[in-house]
Order: sequence, then C-alpha cells, then structure tokens
Amino acid sequence: MDAIILQILNGLDKGSAYALIALGLTLIFGTLGVVNFAHGALFMIGAFVAVTISRLLTFSHVVLDETKTDFLGNPLKVEVPYIYDIFGEAAGNTIIDWSVPISILFAIPIMILIGVIMERGLIRHFYKRPHADQILVTFGLAIVLQEIIKYFYGANPIPTPAPEAFKGSFDFGAMLGMEGAGIIYPYWRLVYFAFSAIIIGAVFAFLQFTTFGMVVRAGMADRETVGLLGINIDKRFTIMFGLAAAVAGLAGVMYTPINSPNYHMGMDFLVLSFVVVVVGGMGSLSGAVLAGFLLGILESFASMTVVLETLPGINQIIIYLVAIIVLLTRPRGLMGKAGVMEE
Amino acid sequence: MLGLNKKDFGLLTIVIILTVFAPFILNPFPEGSALAQFNAGYPDLMQRLVIFGIFAIGFNILFGLTGYLSFGHAAFLGAGSYAGIWMIKLLTLNIIPAIVASVIVAGLFSLLVGWISLRRSGIYFSILTLAFAQMSYSLAYSVLTPITGGETGLQPKVADPRIFDAPLAEGVTPRANFFGMFMNDSYELSVAGWVFTFNVGYYIAAIFLVIAFYISIRIFRSPFGLMLRAVKSNQQRLNYTGVQSKPYTLAAFVISGMYAGLAGGLLVAMDTQAGAERMFWTASGEVVLMTILGGSGTLIGPVLGAGFIKYFENIVSKINEGILQAWFSFMPEFLQEFFVAIFYPFIGKGWHLTLGLIFMLVVIFLPGGLMEGGQKISNLFKKKSKTDSGSGSAAPEAAE
Amino acid sequence: MGILEVKGVNKSFGGLQALSDVNLNVEEGTVHAIIGPNGAGKSTLLNCFIGKLIPDSGTVLFDNHSLLGKQPHEINQLGVSRVFQTPEIFSDLSVFENVIIACFAKRDGAFELNALVSVASQTDMHEKAEQMLIDVNMIDKRDEIASSLSRGDKRRLEMAMCLAQDPKLLLLDEPTAGMARADTNNTIDLLKEIQAARGITMAIIEHDMHVVFSLAEKISVLAQGTVIVEDAPENIKGNPKVQEAYLGGAQ
Repeated sequence: MDAIILQILNGLDKGSAYALIALGLTLIFGTLGVVNFAHGALFMIGAFVAVTISRLLTFSHVVLDETKTDFLGNPLKVEVPYIYDIFGEAAGNTIIDWSVPISILFAIPIMILIGVIMERGLIRHFYKRPHADQILVTFGLAIVLQEIIKYFYGANPIPTPAPEAFKGSFDFGAMLGMEGAGIIYPYWRLVYFAFSAIIIGAVFAFLQFTTFGMVVRAGMADRETVGLLGINIDKRFTIMFGLAAAVAGLAGVMYTPINSPNYHMGMDFLVLSFVVVVVGGMGSLSGAVLAGFLLGILESFASMTVVLETLPGINQIIIYLVAIIVLLTRPRGLMGKAGVMEE
Repeated sequence: MLGLNKKDFGLLTIVIILTVFAPFILNPFPEGSALAQFNAGYPDLMQRLVIFGIFAIGFNILFGLTGYLSFGHAAFLGAGSYAGIWMIKLLTLNIIPAIVASVIVAGLFSLLVGWISLRRSGIYFSILTLAFAQMSYSLAYSVLTPITGGETGLQPKVADPRIFDAPLAEGVTPRANFFGMFMNDSYELSVAGWVFTFNVGYYIAAIFLVIAFYISIRIFRSPFGLMLRAVKSNQQRLNYTGVQSKPYTLAAFVISGMYAGLAGGLLVAMDTQAGAERMFWTASGEVVLMTILGGSGTLIGPVLGAGFIKYFENIVSKINEGILQAWFSFMPEFLQEFFVAIFYPFIGKGWHLTLGLIFMLVVIFLPGGLMEGGQKISNLFKKKSKTDSGSGSAAPEAAE
Repeated sequence: MGILEVKGVNKSFGGLQALSDVNLNVEEGTVHAIIGPNGAGKSTLLNCFIGKLIPDSGTVLFDNHSLLGKQPHEINQLGVSRVFQTPEIFSDLSVFENVIIACFAKRDGAFELNALVSVASQTDMHEKAEQMLIDVNMIDKRDEIASSLSRGDKRRLEMAMCLAQDPKLLLLDEPTAGMARADTNNTIDLLKEIQAARGITMAIIEHDMHVVFSLAEKISVLAQGTVIVEDAPENIKGNPKVQEAYLGGAQ
C-alpha cells in the first residue's frame, strides 16, 4: 500500500509536466489545427528563463571588504550581488533564494511574447499547408531554438535549486496516519503538482467562463462557423498560442529544481508529450490532462524494482507501449472526438 | 535500355558517372592549398555520402510517393546495423552476409512497425513511427544491452567466433572485407598537386547506390509506384476504384525499411561498429531533411539532398574560428571581428544550428526542394529563350 | 430479379428512424433514380450501399453478394463504380494517369506487387485508357494535370475512370449538385451517351428533377425514410402521393 502511494506521488510531478505540455499542444492543435513540434522547446525556454533570472539576481560586482583580510593582510575582495545594494543583504538573499518562483513573474510576459512572435512570424503562414509541412517547419524551429540555448548556456545541465524552505522531504505517510511507512516525498514535487493543478484549473476556468474562452471553444469545435459569425478568430488564436506558450514555459520554470535544465530537455519531453496527446485523444483538453497524469504515474510504477525485476527496461518504454495499444484499440484515444485528424 | 526510357536511363548514367568519378569531383582543390578544406574526396566522407544517399532514396519511396511521413526510419537503419555487426562477429568478416542480414532484419522489423503504424494516417502515423523508434532506441540503450552492447555499442573482437573465417594472427585487428578486398584499403593517385583517393569500401557502397537507384526508378515507373502516388493524391478515390491502399503503403514502408537496413549494413561494413545513437530521432529527422531538401517525390533529389547535407556537415564542422578570421582578414579589423562573431555560432559544433535553419528555410521557401528550385530557374531561362508551350505535359513526367 | 436488391432495410439513429422498411429493385440495364426531399434518407441509404453504414435489419444484395459492411474496394471489385457529388479524382496526376490507374485496378484487383514492370510497357492498358478518354471526348487533354481541369471536365474524367472498370452498376450521388445549368446539361448528355453506347445499369441519387426526368427509366420516391412510390417517370409526375410528400415536403 505504502509503495503504491509512493509511486503515485512520484508519478505526479512528471505527470504534471506531461499534462501541462500536452495541454498546450492540444490547445494549439485544437484551435489552430497546427501540429507544433517546437512546443517542447517552449518548455525548455521556460526553464532557461529561470536559469537566467537566477543568474541575473546573483550578478555581482567586486568590493573590498575592509573588515576582513587575506593572508597577506590586504583587504579581502568579495563578490557582492547588485541585489544587496538595492534591498540590503538579508532581503537580497531571500530574493536570490526564491529565484525560481520569482522567475514566474518574468516568464509569463516573456513566454507570451515568444508565443505571439512564433505564431505571427511563422506558424500563421502554415495554417493552409499540409500537416507534414507544419511538422517539418516546427521541427526545424525546435532544433534552432535548442541549439541557440546550447550556444549560450552550454551543453551541461545547470542546477537551479528550489527555495531553502522547500528543500528536503517530508513524511507523507505520517499525514495519512501511516507513521513509519516510509513515504518520504520532496516538498518541491508537491509544490510542482499543486502549481500545475492551479494552472490547469485556471486554463479550464478561462475557457469555460470567459467570453473569450467560449469563442475559442466554439472555434475548436467548428472554425468555419465561428468565422462566419464575423468574430475575428485569428486574433484570438494568436493570443491562444501565447497562452499555450506561457503554460509550457511555466511548466519549465517550475521544473528546474526537479531536473537541472539542459538544452535537450524540450525534445525529451516533447516526444513523450505527443504520445500523451495521442493517448488522451487529439483535440481533447481533458484527455490530454488525464493521459498526462496517467502516463506519468504508470511510468513511475514501471520503475519499481519489483516490476523491473520481472520486466527489465519496461520503465523506458511503457509510455510508448501504452500509446501503441491505445491507438490500436481506441484509435481516437481515451477521450478523442470523432472527426479530428481523421483524413 | 534496362527497361528504362531514354530520360531515366540518362539519369541513371549521370548517377553512375558521378559515383565513379566522385574521387575526382569531390577533390577539386590541390592538396595543401587554402581551399583544400573544401575537398571531400576522402574515403570516410565519400562512403557516408553514398550510404546516406541509399537511405534517402528508400525514404523517398515511402514519403515521396505515398506522402506518409515516417519519423522513425532511423530505427530500421539501426536494426540493420546491429544485424550486420552480428554477422561479422559470428560468421565472417566478409561483408556479404552482414549486408544480406541487415536488409532482411530491417525488412522484418519494418513489416512489424508498418503493419501497426499504418492502421492510422496523417499525424498519428508520424507519431506512432516516432514512438516505435524512440522505444527501439531506449531498449537498445538499456535492456537489450546483451544484443546491442548498450552505450558502448558493438565492435568485432579478436575473440569473436567468426565460424567461417580462419583465426586471425596474433595482434591483427579484424577488418571487414569483400572476398579479400579490405574496405579501408585505398589507392592514392598523385597528379601534380592533387591527391585522389580510390577506396574499396567507397566503390562497393557506390555499386549498391547505383543498384538502389536503379530499383527506385523501376518502382517509380511501375503500376505499383503509380498506385502509391494515387494514395498520396486521393486515397478515397483509390479505394472506390477497387484498390486497397493498406497493402500498397505497407509494401512501400517495408521497401523503404529495407533500403534503410541496407544503409545500416553498409555503415557497419565500412566502420565495423554499431551503436544505439544511429536510432535516435534526430537521425530520423535528418533523412527527412535530406529527402525534402533534394525534392521529395523526385528520383534524384534525395541523392542530392543526402550529398548536400553530409558534405556540408563535414565541411561546416571543420571550420573553426581561425579559418573564419582568415576569410575575413581582408576587411578592417572591426568588420572582421563582426563577421567572425556572426558566423561563429554556425560553424564547428554549431552545425546543428545551421542544419535547423536550412530545414526551416527549405520548408518555408522551397517545399519542393532543390529539384523544384532548379526547375523554376531553368523554366525562367526557357521562357526567356522562346515562348514554348507544352509545359503542361512536362509536369508529371518531369518528376526526376 | 434486379442487379441491386434492397430488402426491408431499417436504420435508426438514436430514436430517429432514418430508414424504415426500404425496398428497391434496380433492374439490369436500366437507369434507376432515387429521389426525395431533403432528410428523406437518401444519403443514409447510399451509405448502406457502400458499406459505410450497416442497417439494423434488412439486406442489400448486389449481384447476389451482400454489400453490408464491405470495404469500398471490395464493393468496387464486385462491379460497383461510384461517382461522387463533387468529382473525386487524383488531382496531382495527369488525366491519362487517372484513367490508367482505374484500368490497372480492374485488371490487377485490390493489390498487386508489380513494382518492377514499367507502366509504359503495358500497351494493352495504354490502349484501353486512351480509348476511354476518346469515349468521353477528353483525349486532347491527355497529359494535363487533373487539378487544372474545369469542373465539367473533372466530371468527365471521373466518368472515364468509372467506365474503364466496365462496371455492372454505376452509382451516382447527385452528379450535378452545385453545377451551372450548362454543365448539368452536358452531364446529362454524357450519361445518356454512355447509357446508349454501353447499356450500363445506373442508380442515381438525385435532388434535381430535371436531371431525373431526363434520364431515369424508373424512379423510386423516398419520403420520411421509406419508398412511397416506385414507377416510370411519366407516372411519377402525376402521382398525388409524390406531389404531397415530395413537393409538399420541399416547401
């Protein structure tokens, strides 16, 4: 029992990331009809926004500390982040410590901007081109984006820690009244899950309760009719693309403490997120979220030692395997609608 | 001739001439000259040019004719490589069993993958093939290590059984051969300042390229090829014309898988090693790029595309900051620094960035690839020289 | 006994009875039209002919083979060729290639791995395809790309493809829908010519009265999911049941 709970918890953080990326992919696909292979790159860019912000916050100048001396008796040179000069040392340290959550504030406008530029500058011209062309051009874009990041940040993963307050783990079993069951869970993963749940909730609420969302949902169901109503769908879709980019970017920002970001993380997640979208059902938002969590948890179960002993390597392929089985038995995915991408 | 019409026979002749004289064509600059870095006439690169040409020709039979975009063809190349290296380890260092086995294994593997993936079309098909390839890659890296050698890959060892070969003498490294001709043996011809290298492995691979190209022409001109183009054009009409599209697409998938396997087997024959990285999705993406860059659905386009990509990969990767500085040294210093700074990200290790950009530019501006670009230019000239009608009839058959 | 026999076909979607006890009999060598107001169940019935829908009960027999649940290519190989509402052709291929594909499909069946013979060497197929183009008066457009044809020519091309298969039954789904009057008349003439020259059995599902009365030898009137009258055209016009159901329903 405790092992099962632990695995479910372990699956939640990866599942959250899958769900957030898949949600954006589905939004873009459902509204614009575009298959975006560069979506993983947006997740990766989000992560590197966090890296950049934390670097900027620790950006320092050298001062001579007269109170201390080095072994030659000269005043010691110390690096002082500019942030100390503005907020003082104590507050400055807190800000640096909280760089990842603070990055969210910056990531939202940056990601929306990147999304809008991408849609206006590139994707827009591919609405009427075949799906193969859309795949290919966004695939090329994904390579370009990840190589640019690699050029500026190098090929090695860059550790980006969570705030001190969320470091370490806690005994989740104790909370369930299972003292000593050994369900130890890192705080930040719980934060990540809660954060993802809030984002997903916000996106759904936005689509459900605002006029904007209503139009977009109508557009997803039937683009032509909505166009006939004289509503400027294109503009809304641009905003939609920005929103999807922001969701992917935020997923990336918050993921940095779990896995140190590297330039190819976007592609690693993208391939799996596509599989998630297909399993959930192309064009179904709730399907994408559901499948994201399901597959994340499934992957974590497949990584259990007991499972690996009987089926070695199953953790590496379980998601693909499930995808293949789902596509063969339920061609439209778990919650796919008829008529989407059926040619 | 050979069952080809005049035009196709001409194309085949061009390919034969290009491959036979490649050691000259690719080495236009004298050894030691400043431009010698643009030479590509050394065995390793020439081998890769023709091997990836074969890979792209095969991919084009699937993508170019049927329009089914597979994102997992590297898996078949990888499977072929593993099959080949095992033949070399178990049976003999002669490359023939290795190549035969690669084609067969890749064919069977693609039959399985195709049979499942082709139940869906469009984007679903692309993602299914991608999923299969990534799965193969992960498995090759982890669980299948006993068969694939995991991260280190597989190489022939002195201690391998090689039941058909006489035991090697002490200290001799195992080298792949074709009835006693070693793949890495070369004959060097020095003429004035030029050095031309004629490599055994290259010419064997080139023979396979010519055969592969010939078969691809035959397929393109056959009723089977016509049906594949019909699949791409209008599958519904084809079905209501009494044709079942699945066996056609599956056959195309398997044929292209066998081409990939042949390429994988030849790679093994040349460098006697196999590793999982050959199956990675970027490798699948690369063959897609070669095909569309050259011109998908055209006969010779994929060969050109493969040559173009592999050539520039090699050249661009070799350029370093020093070379860039030398190029721009005629400029005032600040301009020189400026241009070096601009080009620097794209060279050396930045090859992938250049590749990604080429990818985007081709899809955006030249979806028909180099062949279409060339045709547009030549049409421009034709129109200028005389107002010749009948361009309509040229279009379908002009798909070389 | 007819070549296409529909017996007691029922089909309902949810609570809606789309077809109830439909009976039809298309005699060999005749032109048989199925007409009816919108929502009478024409397209549901068509979908039962082509295997897309399986009726809740009843049979659809073609040449003594059941068509229920059959794949499109199987139905075609039995001898049913289909003409679509908007012409369905291979628009990226040349006119000639369009027709020769149909010839190969007739000769080789649903699948044939003839990957190493060249199309050019199949002279009998060439002759046949060219003959078809002559028959529909399109031989001068032999090498044009199909997408560049006018709509009327696309229809002719589609017809040539169907004829190349020597079908036992030509199934036409509103062949003149959305056409200008001149194109409609051309299509009618073409169909008449084909009918006169070859005596092919045709089943036309049509909305346009003008087309139906110029072509059909027998008409089945479908209303509210059932065949209310089946008779010769001259008797249909005056039939009060038809006027009430069809013309009344069309208001």
